[in-house]
Amino acid sequence: MGMVTMNELHKYGRTKFIMPGTAACPGCPLQIGMRQLAMALDGKFVMVIPAGCSSVIPGSAPYTAYTVPVLHVPFASSPAVASGIVRAVRQRGNNGPVVVWAGDGATADIGFATLSGAAYRNEDILYIMADNEAYMNTGIQASGTTPWMAWTTTSPRGKTEDKKDVALIMLMHKVPYVATASIAYPMDFIDKVRRAMQVKGFKFIHLHAPCPPGWKMDDAYTIRAARLAVETGAWILWEYNQGKLTISPPSLPYKDKSRRKPLEEYIKIQGRFAHLKPEDIKIMEEKIDRQWDLILKLAEIFK
Amino acid sequence: MSRQISLARQVRKVLVGDHAVAEAVKLARVNVVSAYPITPQTLIVERISEMIEKGELKADYVRVESEFAALATVYGAAAGGARAFTATSSHGLFYMYEMLWWAAASRVPFVMAVVTRVVGPPWNIHDEHTDLLAIRDSGWIIGMAQNVQEAFDMTLTAFKISEDERVLLPVAVGLDGFILSHTAEPPLDVPSQEDVDAWLPPRNPRIPYTIEPGGEAITMGNLPGNDVYHALLKKYMDESMESAKKVIAEVYDEYAKLTGRRYGPLTECYRCSDAKYLAISMGAWSGDIMNAVDRLRDEGYPIGLLRIRYVRPFPEEDVTGWINGMKGVIVFDRDYSAGMGGGVLASEVSGFVPSNVSFEGVLAGIGGFDVSSDEFKAIMKEFIDKVEREGQVRIRKYWYIPKIER
Repeated sequence: MGMVTMNELHKYGRTKFIMPGTAACPGCPLQIGMRQLAMALDGKFVMVIPAGCSSVIPGSAPYTAYTVPVLHVPFASSPAVASGIVRAVRQRGNNGPVVVWAGDGATADIGFATLSGAAYRNEDILYIMADNEAYMNTGIQASGTTPWMAWTTTSPRGKTEDKKDVALIMLMHKVPYVATASIAYPMDFIDKVRRAMQVKGFKFIHLHAPCPPGWKMDDAYTIRAARLAVETGAWILWEYNQGKLTISPPSLPYKDKSRRKPLEEYIKIQGRFAHLKPEDIKIMEEKIDRQWDLILKLAEIFK
Repeated sequence: MSRQISLARQVRKVLVGDHAVAEAVKLARVNVVSAYPITPQTLIVERISEMIEKGELKADYVRVESEFAALATVYGAAAGGARAFTATSSHGLFYMYEMLWWAAASRVPFVMAVVTRVVGPPWNIHDEHTDLLAIRDSGWIIGMAQNVQEAFDMTLTAFKISEDERVLLPVAVGLDGFILSHTAEPPLDVPSQEDVDAWLPPRNPRIPYTIEPGGEAITMGNLPGNDVYHALLKKYMDESMESAKKVIAEVYDEYAKLTGRRYGPLTECYRCSDAKYLAISMGAWSGDIMNAVDRLRDEGYPIGLLRIRYVRPFPEEDVTGWINGMKGVIVFDRDYSAGMGGGVLASEVSGFVPSNVSFEGVLAGIGGFDVSSDEFKAIMKEFIDKVEREGQVRIRKYWYIPKIER
């Protein structure tokens, strides 16, 4: 399967995978990411969505803005519900994609046991963790993936713990496919979804999704923040596919630390980091360096 | 449903209650089973796993990490069009609590066995009905078997009831932990696979809806635009609960033609027609109470036993009908509702007992201790004597606590 091309995506220019008039905030990254997902799967899939922004975005029942079959389910349950759906439809010979579209709280925290269970059973599902780095739907409370020192309503002086690395935890479940992605790199994300769907078993994609209200930044900065996260090296795009871990093309230049943009550029547009002192940013840089070391070592191991 | 079904060929099997449930699941040709081990439910899922491994049942067994996931999985499977089954007890049932409500209100059919067990602390694996009764407001149809044969029959009929378009609610089948789950009673009559197939065809995956890739873009569960819409969904559930009474009766009527076994269907009243006093109970100990009723009858006490088979939908008509004309009603609860009148059944029934009828709610077997036929007899006799002696008696709760023998 070749890489996706802009030409190919042009055919979706007028396709409304999500109908207009949703309840999403201005600049919402989730609609961007979900649309990319829909392009990758040509709009033919099922979504299981736990509690979170994406259960509100489609608007009010009995109507919905989503154009695929969707089951909205309790917060912690989506990997298990998807396991049930996939067993049922496979028995009837339907091999279409069953996708969990979940936020970071549902994935890293409350639903972590069900996620781990579905992953270790290697259920034939694609799990997209759309990570906006806090419980945004309930009003910006800190989650397991909120970064160190980020302001949230439950970490008013900055979160004291590090971001939980869910993708690496999934990798250690020995599932066939794990990747990170970013809404600012649609071609990379779409390619990853399509490659993942070539694989039978549990596929996990950690999608970075900057949230303007949650990150206290301008509505227009969604893509800019997502791109800066990659360009500063703070968010590393990588892919593990059946034994081989590689750094994804958009992140390749930033293996070389000198080519990374200064971290301040990413930090300064986010009000949630407004309280950071220069020494905090230095510590953050060190954390980023250590993460790169780890991922590059893993790329060596899974060669 | 006037379709005539000839009496099925049946075989006799000696099975403990849990294995009888598994046998019914096999005969129902369930597609997806998911469960998490908890005593005394484990024998059900162990046996089902064996059946699947041996190829006797073609189904997916999903070994999940919790009861919450088990229920979420069978709910997903049912939404995906499969016939699905799970089983649990006590703490496991409580761990499912959020999903119980979600699954019921999503209106997908499936079946769960609840092998009743005490809820801790302290840790206690013995029999109580508090677990099963704690889910009574969640939208499930809830049955409680009296013996192993009934646990089998109730499980098999549960699929038919749940999948009926007039119902579309999940069904919980209760059976007493250890007393039924681990006990083999006189041989069980098991209909043949061919006869069950003719009576219970594969589930239609389109009813009520299917969530499947490439399928119709339907959605279940997003926020209501108007809260009145939510109220309407609840009202529809209520109507389905009401229809379920009729459906349960029809299904057991058909089942009687299939197997020769006729049930209540919502309740069964034992020696009630000429009774002046009515005992009410559910579950396995009803057998012991019937025995006590027989012995009281021998002594001239005009008492009968109303056995509740389905606690949801609550058999209001049966209960009021039988209470009408009675002098006194005594309810036995193997369960307890803290801060309320005492027993759950007593609380539910008492609303239908006119103020001029004597009433006593008895809390017995809490924590799982055995109550013998002798003890039932003594408690009922004492109640009747008291009413006859003192006139009207209203005792909302009486804690029956036997002396601890050291």
